[in-house]
Amino acid sequence: MSEMMIKPVVLWSDVLIFLLVLAMAGFFWTLRKQPLTAKRWLSVFRTHTGIASFIVILFYLSIAVMDSLHYRQALEKVGDSDQVHYDQEVRSVLDWLLKDLNAHNETTYSEPMSLYSFSKINMQDDNGQVYRDYPRLKEAGSHIEAEEHKTADVLQRTLAAVLTGLLISALLIVPHYWLYGRHRQAIPWMTGYATLTALIVLSSWVLMLGQVYHVFGTDKVGGDTMYQSIKAVRTGVLIGTLATLLTMPLAIVLGISAGYFKGWVDDVVQYIYTTLNSIPGILLIAASVLLIDVYIETHPEDFNLVAVRADFKFLALCFILGMTSWTGLCRLLRAETLKVSQLDYVQAAHTFGVSHARTVFRHILPNVMHIVLISLVLDFSGFVLAEAVLSYIGVGVDPSMNSWGNMINEARAELSRGDVVWWPVTSAFVMMFILVLAANLFSDRVRDAFDPRFH
Amino acid sequence: MLAYIIRRLIYAIPILIGVNLLTFALFFMVNTPDQMARVQLGDKHVSQEAIDEWKDQRGYNKPLFINTRDNSEGLLTDTIFFDKSLRLFVFEFGKSDEGRMIGSDISERMWPSLALALPTFIIGITVNIVFALFIVMFRASVFDTAAMVFCVALMSVSGVFYIFFGQYFFAKLWHLVPISGYLSGADAIRFLILPVIIGVISGIGGGTRLYRTLFLEEASKDYVRTARAKGVSESAVLFRHILPNGMIPILTSVVVVIPSLFMGSLLMESFFGIPGLGSYTLNAIQAQDFAIVRSMVFLGSVLYIIGLILTDISYTLVDPRVRLS
Repeated sequence: MSEMMIKPVVLWSDVLIFLLVLAMAGFFWTLRKQPLTAKRWLSVFRTHTGIASFIVILFYLSIAVMDSLHYRQALEKVGDSDQVHYDQEVRSVLDWLLKDLNAHNETTYSEPMSLYSFSKINMQDDNGQVYRDYPRLKEAGSHIEAEEHKTADVLQRTLAAVLTGLLISALLIVPHYWLYGRHRQAIPWMTGYATLTALIVLSSWVLMLGQVYHVFGTDKVGGDTMYQSIKAVRTGVLIGTLATLLTMPLAIVLGISAGYFKGWVDDVVQYIYTTLNSIPGILLIAASVLLIDVYIETHPEDFNLVAVRADFKFLALCFILGMTSWTGLCRLLRAETLKVSQLDYVQAAHTFGVSHARTVFRHILPNVMHIVLISLVLDFSGFVLAEAVLSYIGVGVDPSMNSWGNMINEARAELSRGDVVWWPVTSAFVMMFILVLAANLFSDRVRDAFDPRFH
Repeated sequence: MLAYIIRRLIYAIPILIGVNLLTFALFFMVNTPDQMARVQLGDKHVSQEAIDEWKDQRGYNKPLFINTRDNSEGLLTDTIFFDKSLRLFVFEFGKSDEGRMIGSDISERMWPSLALALPTFIIGITVNIVFALFIVMFRASVFDTAAMVFCVALMSVSGVFYIFFGQYFFAKLWHLVPISGYLSGADAIRFLILPVIIGVISGIGGGTRLYRTLFLEEASKDYVRTARAKGVSESAVLFRHILPNGMIPILTSVVVVIPSLFMGSLLMESFFGIPGLGSYTLNAIQAQDFAIVRSMVFLGSVLYIIGLILTDISYTLVDPRVRLS
């Protein structure tokens, strides 16, 4: 048979998320040389909420990274030609991991864990008589004969999943405990272990029950809701981080020049951000997204794959979202630069005739960079929540992209039906709530550690 | 005082010019009227005549900046920039793509927006201040911690969730209020109760937390310690010292949004079918009506700048230490 062949696809947002992970690793590496900043960061992890929320965020981040390793599968060869054709659909490693959830599509809505469809259809009994009833689902629970056996089956599978989850967590935790956990009591490792175990057990439960049931039901066209809300994690995490990262260069350049050169440069920068700030954020976003839609529609030749088009629109959206908030970062950087450039060592550098560029890169930039990271953390949850609202308004991510906003957007019709379809919107809200709550708790700890007002 | 206000108004002019130029660049130079027409007409293979006609009807057929065909008089005035951008300064918004006057639409739809936004704003602030003060009364206790965790949880819920939840239970299941719609006059109250409650609840988490921080900051100041040292009772300290002084940063920080209340809320108005400026803007966005979106961007900026000026004035009013220079 034809061997499995894949062709890696690298979207621009993939590149950016890998850069983000690398930058974060690099940042924590440089902390080794900065004991003062390191101590502050350590104090974030010394709290129970700090370590627990950090692990939840890392968990979401790893889902996003797995969902960013994209590839296209080779199609089976047609005829004798040696030319290999690739599937138009771009998949990711996460798709491969969740293939059981995605494979069993039904025809329409079904409730969580249900064996039956949510809407009645005409069926024929053995005598040829037509009657209306809820049909059995094609895929879910096809291995059990009747409803009565479901509870036992679910319990059995749950037990197996919990045990598997516990085993995997033990394999991860025990070596760590042996190496670090016993000695460094400064960090509440036990809270961290408990969070990690909970997450692993939960994912193993979803994966193992997802093989035979629809854990969170199915949507209008029979797609698994759980699968969709997990796929939406990448969109949420990326929008939360890229919005700050994409406009970061602008904020750094303008903020530092305003604080360093003062005078007319400062006036110009302040004018720019006051002007941008005065435009209501949501209108600026809506207007810009409309313009991007027009651009995409009038340049169809640049966007041959659906995934490429969605990715372009997504990055543009992140950039626009960032444009509405970079002014805050710019203002903070300006104030901090003003403060730092008054310090003795910067004054000394001036006296020795060190050039402006060198002073900024050697003395100013390293001493204001922590503000960038803090604002990345602080703005994260706001962007995740904004995505849901924007998709509802119709200026959010591409409809072909999985996102919580798109799921919530569908819910308006689902909730106004006679018999309410509550599960797609619930799963989107729950997945989003966990991420945003973790981000909010973590940013609280970061604020406590860095904001001098609280000391 | 008057001289100060006039000076601030003059400072606002370059900012408004900046907003105007930016929107002009976005709407007419990044995307030409031809592209707009093509998207509006909806077909990939639209004839040039159809595009020209569309532009002709809406006045987009003129040159951008300089009309060389015209003699001295229309050289600068008979252009898109003058017609569509500069006229915004005198609040002449022109016509929407459907041919309705945007200016009269705005003045009509402003009032339902205000009827929703103003009660939400006032009740919201009052509730947040009461809660924050209550938490400060029990500061550094288990109640304080629990309340803060609760606030963070409330903040982490998407605003859309509150709307779904409220509409489903209060309107659909229990039939306490209509699901959506609007009537003018006193009947409006029935339609406004639920959106106002939801608006207040969705703001409680963030607001209470912020005000608690401000009150705590006030509570750590020297004069509070002095008051306690001379034997003022705890409730008198709270209500006569911390509350009035904590109100200063709270009031000055909310003044900026007051003019923007006219703009309404996109989400609330569209979910509850209130015919205000928020749903007007949303419909325009969804219909890709650039004329309306452009007008609303400009109007929003004007209101925001007025808010900034009011903020500065309110500082000088409540705090005599701030000088008008």
